[in-house]
Amino acid sequence: MPTIKELTRTGDLFTSGHRACAGCGGTIILRLLMANAGKNTVVGAATGCMEVVSTIYPYTSWDVNFVHNAFENSAATVSGIETAYRALKKKGKIKKDIKFIAYGGDGGTFDIGLQSLSGAVERGHNMLYLCYNNGAYMNTGIQRSSATPFGAHTTTSPAGSKIKGKMQQRKDLTEIMIAHDMKYVAQATPHNWSDLSNKINKALALNGPAFINVLSPCPLGWGSDPAQSIQIAKLAVETLYWPVYEYENGKYKINIKPKKPKDIEEFLFVQNRFKHLKNEKELIDKIRKHLNEKWNELLNKEKCTN
Amino acid sequence: MSIKIVAKTGNEAMAEAMRQINPDVVAAYPITPATEIVQLFSNYVSDGKVDTEFIAVESEHSAMSACVGAATTGARVMTSTSSQGIALMHEILYIASGLRLPIMICGVNRALSAPISIHCDHSDTMGSRDAGWIQILSEDAQEAYDLTIFAMKAAEKVLLPAMVTSDGFIISHAMSRLDMYEDKKVQDYLGEKKPAYTSLDVDNPITIGPLVVQDYFMEIKRGQIQAIIDAKKQLPILLEEFNKTMNKNYKVIEEYNMEDAEYAIVALGSTAGTAKYITDKLRQEGKKVGVVKPLVFRPFYGEDLVKMLENLKGIAILDRSDPQSAMGGPLFTEITSAFYGHEKQPAARNYIYGLGGRDISYDDIKDIFKDIAEYFEKGKKEEAVKYITIRE
Ligand SMILES: Cc1ncc(C[n+]2csc(CCOP(=O)(O)OP(=O)(O)O)c2C)c(N)n1
Repeated sequence: MPTIKELTRTGDLFTSGHRACAGCGGTIILRLLMANAGKNTVVGAATGCMEVVSTIYPYTSWDVNFVHNAFENSAATVSGIETAYRALKKKGKIKKDIKFIAYGGDGGTFDIGLQSLSGAVERGHNMLYLCYNNGAYMNTGIQRSSATPFGAHTTTSPAGSKIKGKMQQRKDLTEIMIAHDMKYVAQATPHNWSDLSNKINKALALNGPAFINVLSPCPLGWGSDPAQSIQIAKLAVETLYWPVYEYENGKYKINIKPKKPKDIEEFLFVQNRFKHLKNEKELIDKIRKHLNEKWNELLNKEKCTN
Repeated sequence: MSIKIVAKTGNEAMAEAMRQINPDVVAAYPITPATEIVQLFSNYVSDGKVDTEFIAVESEHSAMSACVGAATTGARVMTSTSSQGIALMHEILYIASGLRLPIMICGVNRALSAPISIHCDHSDTMGSRDAGWIQILSEDAQEAYDLTIFAMKAAEKVLLPAMVTSDGFIISHAMSRLDMYEDKKVQDYLGEKKPAYTSLDVDNPITIGPLVVQDYFMEIKRGQIQAIIDAKKQLPILLEEFNKTMNKNYKVIEEYNMEDAEYAIVALGSTAGTAKYITDKLRQEGKKVGVVKPLVFRPFYGEDLVKMLENLKGIAILDRSDPQSAMGGPLFTEITSAFYGHEKQPAARNYIYGLGGRDISYDDIKDIFKDIAEYFEKGKKEEAVKYITIRE
């Protein structure tokens, strides 16, 4: 695992000059991803904020080969690239060892791209799929996705006088990916660069598919202070909103176990997307209960598999 | 040149062409009536008869997506599909052509649902006629075989994707004589693919598929349009080269019994074959009738068609699909608009036929010739678009 000093010297494979908002978690994740992945990498992107802000013609932030196809198919696209690589390598037309990464937002991963991802993983392509999960379709103006948490206001699950934001719990995609019997699946956040780097390196070292679900603070969509993005990511872990864990060769490992978890309200109310819940005790209890149940489930899984 | 004479169905012929092309990557998904192509090809892979990496994807959307990904590397890439599969690929067809990736589809024409039917019409590939692909329709298994080989090379020359199709069941499942070239002959004809760019050259990284807004979009799109306009000039030359190499006589538009013809049927695919046979019969009765068969539908050879058809009394244009409240079927609207403002205006009538695999018989073809003559003689009084082979 490289040190942070070494990581700063890996060259800017994902360079500045992109058009992401201040405080965007996604670009921090991508920069860290590329610092770890290095130059001999091909990246495939789903349509969404990170693709749109980083490749506005005639400019590009990518100093590696980069392919954007459409919204729901980055996994299928990279499975094509990776397969062609194997075909050409077999014929001696390519000599180098190359790594393959597909990424997408939660919309492009949890929803419209789930089939493409599931198919690519089942086929066993050698690729890391990274989801930067900001919990909504941000690129089109903050619409709900199946990753949007319970109670959150989005433009298609608006908090109104009768309905208080999204009334469904978010999909647990990480578990769905684990159910694919993958060798490596993880959740991470950008607030812990060393944990995330470690996971990226583990995933890329595999000969096969790996999946990392990274919480990605979005000041615009979450209604949060851009200066606090990393702090909010940390709060997400401390309040059990976002467990940081990995599943490796059949074993669960919770990488960060808050000694004394903070109350979920500390996470919720630094974001305007939950502000309508301030006096909704029942709804907050529901969120708290769900998170506790999921956390206990995870503790059990860790226990059972170790 | 040694030729092997075999008996093959249209699907087997296309699968053989794919085997001889020996592409780097095939990503495909089964659908009747094209399934067999995918199955046969899987066997070639399993038996080591090709070097291809086969991706058994989970949908046609992913098939075309994987083809796009694979083609960015400069690999030679093919797929096969039909009907709903083409429809599911639709979004990515535009991306393949917009990125100038010479991917090939071995297609089998089948009606689009609903109602669901597995039988032939051209609504599937006609639905993608604006997607920027070269579109070639074959009349029989021999053409499906030859044109698959030709289109792979042509696509790579003009850097556009191409689909070659055969009529579902009528060709795809009908056994006929096939003259096959030696594998080496096909390989020599195609040559090695040498891409200008590749997404695998890590020392010279490129960004493929960026966001382009108002400042550049139109120039880029215009460039792509120019590519297919240029392809229109290129294809006849490339076809000539194919003819010379393989000892064939293909034309982008085929004329049959047209020397002194007064009336002609213009038709695509297998129906053109039926019509040719009937014109031979009618010629024996002294009727001056012929057939014009556009082998290539995209790019569209409108000017050439006008030249071939301008001196006729009447043109019967046959469409095996209907765009639902346009000014007729795709072939009819293209030809009549090519004639707009032209000094000679033969009577032209559109016959929509054979939807969902409804058979078109010898008698139907004879009736069409009768009808178009009456239409001309009576001064085009009836509606131009006529639905035939139907209980009405
Ligand atoms: C087939 C299709 N449907 C819809 C869209 C419009 N669209 C583009 S990006 C996007 C949302 C992306 O959301 P997500 O994947 O969460 O990424 P984010 O924008 O949040 O980074 C949508 C709906 C599209 N491009 N293609």
